[in-house]
Amino acid sequence: MTPAIDVKGLVKTFGPVRALDGLDLSVATGEVHGFLGPNGAGKSTTIRVLLGLLRADSGRASVLGGDPWHDAVELHRRLAYVPGDVNLWPNLTGGEAIDLLGRLRGGLDPRRRADLLERFALDPTKKGRTYSKGNRQKVALVAGLASDVELLVLDEPTSGLDPLMEAVFTECISEFMADGRTVLLSSHILAEVEKLCDRVSIIRAGRVVESGTLDDLRHLTRTSVTAVTEQPPTGLADVAGVHDVSLDGNRVEFEVDTDHMDAAIRELSQLGVRSLISHPPTLEELFLRHYGDEIQPGDANDGAKVEQAGGQA
Amino acid sequence: MTLTTADRPTPAGITTSAGGNALAGTATLIRFILRRDRIRLPVWLAALTLTTVSTAASFPDLYPTEVERQARAALFDSPAGIAMSGPGFGLDNYTYGSMLAQEIVGFVAILAGLMSVLLLVRHTRTEEETGRAELVRAGVVGRHAHLAAAVIVVGSANLVLGALHAVLLPSMGLESINWTGSLALGASIAGAGLVFTGIAAVTVQVTEYSRAASGLAGAAIGVAYALRAAGDIGDNVLSWLSPIGWSQQTRSYVDERWWVLLLPLVATVLLVATGFVLSTRRDVGSGLRQSRPGPAQASPRLTTPLGFALRLHRGALLWWCVGMGLFGLVYGSIISDVEQFVADNQVLQDAMADVGGATLIDSFLAMVVSILATVSTIFGILAIQRMRSEETSGRAEPLLSTALSRARWAGSHLVVALGGGAAVMLAAGLGLAITAGFALDDAAVAGDILGAALAYVPALWISVGLAIAIFGLIPRAIGLAWAVLVYALVLSMLGGLLQFPEWMNNLSPFEHVPALPAEEFTITPIVVLTAITAGLIWIGVAAFQRRDLTTN
Repeated sequence: MTPAIDVKGLVKTFGPVRALDGLDLSVATGEVHGFLGPNGAGKSTTIRVLLGLLRADSGRASVLGGDPWHDAVELHRRLAYVPGDVNLWPNLTGGEAIDLLGRLRGGLDPRRRADLLERFALDPTKKGRTYSKGNRQKVALVAGLASDVELLVLDEPTSGLDPLMEAVFTECISEFMADGRTVLLSSHILAEVEKLCDRVSIIRAGRVVESGTLDDLRHLTRTSVTAVTEQPPTGLADVAGVHDVSLDGNRVEFEVDTDHMDAAIRELSQLGVRSLISHPPTLEELFLRHYGDEIQPGDANDGAKVEQAGGQA
Repeated sequence: MTLTTADRPTPAGITTSAGGNALAGTATLIRFILRRDRIRLPVWLAALTLTTVSTAASFPDLYPTEVERQARAALFDSPAGIAMSGPGFGLDNYTYGSMLAQEIVGFVAILAGLMSVLLLVRHTRTEEETGRAELVRAGVVGRHAHLAAAVIVVGSANLVLGALHAVLLPSMGLESINWTGSLALGASIAGAGLVFTGIAAVTVQVTEYSRAASGLAGAAIGVAYALRAAGDIGDNVLSWLSPIGWSQQTRSYVDERWWVLLLPLVATVLLVATGFVLSTRRDVGSGLRQSRPGPAQASPRLTTPLGFALRLHRGALLWWCVGMGLFGLVYGSIISDVEQFVADNQVLQDAMADVGGATLIDSFLAMVVSILATVSTIFGILAIQRMRSEETSGRAEPLLSTALSRARWAGSHLVVALGGGAAVMLAAGLGLAITAGFALDDAAVAGDILGAALAYVPALWISVGLAIAIFGLIPRAIGLAWAVLVYALVLSMLGGLLQFPEWMNNLSPFEHVPALPAEEFTITPIVVLTAITAGLIWIGVAAFQRRDLTTN
């Protein structure tokens, strides 16, 4: 099956700024793909190129098998887009904006529209200007989710939503995916991506630095371990693949490379384990690994940074 | 959201400190405005001062002797000349000074009004509309600080403009342009600017939208101009209702009437005070009218590209048609005064008999239609600018990521700009035709006027074409779309006085339109202008389809 989105070597410059610098991205049909990166990494630029709103300087992009620039109108019938910063028309009600966007795309399901309005608790009779940021976001979400499309492109779709509404959003995406459709979800909220996504691409400074399933990415990272032992675990720092050891009496916290896990556990068990907590890295930690050099000195994770820099030397 | 401290009874002793609190931060905001407008403000002042000074400087070359000057003065024996310029004080001894007072003051007063309105709205309602004011107000900034700072800066700009006139004009050492007259002239221009500052201070309270606030205040400038034109030709009463009229009634360089300057002063104080009072009756960000709930679903008509574009422009289009229709009605109602004017003037009748052809009424009507056409052009340019702001605000983005193509999106706005421009022009012509037709008791005149209005439509379309071409090619420079209109305005206001050469006249599309009903109809310019518009539109839309969408 052809991928829903296939991008190779995309370059886009704005004057002296190189917003996309040889970006590769592949989203398989039927998956929720997380597009993860800090502000200004090029997520929105990529999405705008995929929507034919911007023209790439070089590189190749294909969306649903078509060229996003040349076949824009045809492709747009088959996809829906929810921007991260929704600006509504001040003299149109939210309901009118939803219908406008839906019908220009080729129609929306009135039952699903009504259902979504209810679930998102959105009043469609208010004028654009009177909506709060979260409610403007809901207008765009309802318009996108109520249309019958193969691909949903979401650019930080939950910005401004409260946790309750975020849960509704997660639920809606799961339902949407039940029919074998595809979602590209750009976000800097890691929990959201972790909850929803099958695969993740991490973008930084206009390039995808890592891409794969969450499991693939975890494989590249360390596991965090907290243990309490009977004897003080002093020798642990000498074990290969163990990093960031912090001792507090008989309690130890450390990180360990996945392929050295066995050796570390052996070392621990000789000391007599009383309690052991180990957990896979959260996306937060994955993120910090890639953007660790941007963390300000004095940050709690400063040690990790020094450690990493040392490891590379 | 609002604190209720104001409800608490305030002891008399701390009233002053409460007043001080409402204005807290004004000084900082003044510096902030000056910093933001450190280029804009000097450019406005320089451009306006230069208009007057350079015009005055050209007088000795263009009108070296009394004979030439009196020949120029003869122009204002006609109703068209008076309607265009001023009431005609000192025509029997038409010195350089009288020339300035008659032919420049009204024009510069309009420009000063425009400057005041645009700047005041920019620093008050625009700030609120974008939400920036909220950010600032959350600091140690009083309730009235924004309006106070804007009024102080814009008011001072007008005073500086007046002072520049008062000092620079007499320094040129031209005969009859003395210090006293220049002071009166500078003060009268500043006075007009101040009144329009006050009017804008009120309109920004009334509506939530900066566009509408500028539009309302801009309409006030138009009304002021029409009132003084009607008053100057007729019995003079209407001129005394117009801030532009006041600036001319000061009679600079002829016999200065200083007391007239009290009128703009009093009006400004009253208007600004009204602005402050109104501002206490509303919340930050909202207007005096609260927005009401609307339909939960869109009508089928709204969800077509054209229906949607119409909906966006509907309010503006409606107000433009009403405003321009009224403008036309006012001008048409002067017609009987024009007839009276001609009947009273034996010299004029003799001159007309010699020339033959067009009657004075006809040439007056032709002039009025050309003014109406110039003003109607504004709608079309604003419509394309609106389209650009749809793009930069990010509202076009979700639309263009539906199955709506760029060509259709641009096309729907273009239809509204072109069709709306024609509708506004026809509304103006209709207003003129109704009152003129009744006044002259001649239905045929009404038909002639509508024909004349129609003939101007392709000329005003040129500006729409230019705007869309710039939108496609260099969207950031969309402001350049005003170039043709501004040029045409300067030409019609100053071209005759400064004796511009023929080729300069030919650069304005409006000069090519047959001046119906004074001239014969010819089809060629109409066809050529329409073809140029079509070409510009083609370029604009094609370029838009090739460029990136830009958002702020």
